[in-house]
Amino acid sequence: MKSTVITFPGSNCDRDIHVALKKFGFNNKMVWHDDNELPKCDLVVLPGGFSYGDYLRCGSMAAKSKIMQSVINFAKSGGLVMGICNGFQILVETGLVPGVLLRNKYLEFICKNVFVKIDNKDNPYFKNIEKDVFEFHIAHNEGNYFCTKDQLKEIEDNNQVAIYYCSEKGKTEETFNPNGSIKNIAGIFNKEKNVLGMMPHPERMIDQSLSGEDGSLFFKNLINNIK
Amino acid sequence: MKVSAIITLKKDVLDPQGKVIHQALDGMGFKDVNEVRQGKYFEIDVKENDPKKAQKIVEDMCNKLLANLVIENYKIIETQ
Repeated sequence: MKSTVITFPGSNCDRDIHVALKKFGFNNKMVWHDDNELPKCDLVVLPGGFSYGDYLRCGSMAAKSKIMQSVINFAKSGGLVMGICNGFQILVETGLVPGVLLRNKYLEFICKNVFVKIDNKDNPYFKNIEKDVFEFHIAHNEGNYFCTKDQLKEIEDNNQVAIYYCSEKGKTEETFNPNGSIKNIAGIFNKEKNVLGMMPHPERMIDQSLSGEDGSLFFKNLINNIK
Repeated sequence: MKVSAIITLKKDVLDPQGKVIHQALDGMGFKDVNEVRQGKYFEIDVKENDPKKAQKIVEDMCNKLLANLVIENYKIIETQ
């Protein structure tokens, strides 16, 4: 299985995700944002970080960079594209997934482990996954998901919410919402479910010596689903 | 020709920065504030001397990059 990670100026989780993808069997290539064409692959990942210094709006400059046209075409032809953290911010700026990510409600940079609940397993990312509640890491300043009322209705009608912030037992209440995100949304899909954007970093949970292995479950399951 | 545009947050969108600025003003003794909303201001010098055309170019920029229309509105405020 082949994957591609795009490196933008200011990306800083690109090598982490590269390590994670390799660990679970992907043959991964790193591609520079200024390249024109994606290599042939099964999965494209937009990594976390601070692309273009978060200038203008987080992800807005990266969304217009040269490689993104190729990524957009890949996504529109059904290819799997996953954006993590800044990658999620880039995805919303391209319009591949609806909504935007605003500044965290309490204006704090949040860096901690959180629990998220998988809402929908009818997609290539979470199909067959055994657990419902995962412990992932978040580290962001702009993760407060927002969309219009009409968009929210459409997202819910199409089962596009991928994960919600929740308690260890899976309760999706406001108390467990770290950043003010609408309806505790931590990640969403496009309509077709081949594009996934999420704030949590599964690549930071792939080794017991880091802080957990729920990310390992995610990546193992993902590669099995793609095979 | 210089075209100025302002980008403002839409009414229903939470503006935590504006809120904090409001609190700071309040702490400084400015007690007459109802609300503060923070926005962005752009001054763009375009290679076009026809005001209408110059404005159109900047509007196009606002639609495609400078504003995110899910949460923001833009307004061209001046051409000179």
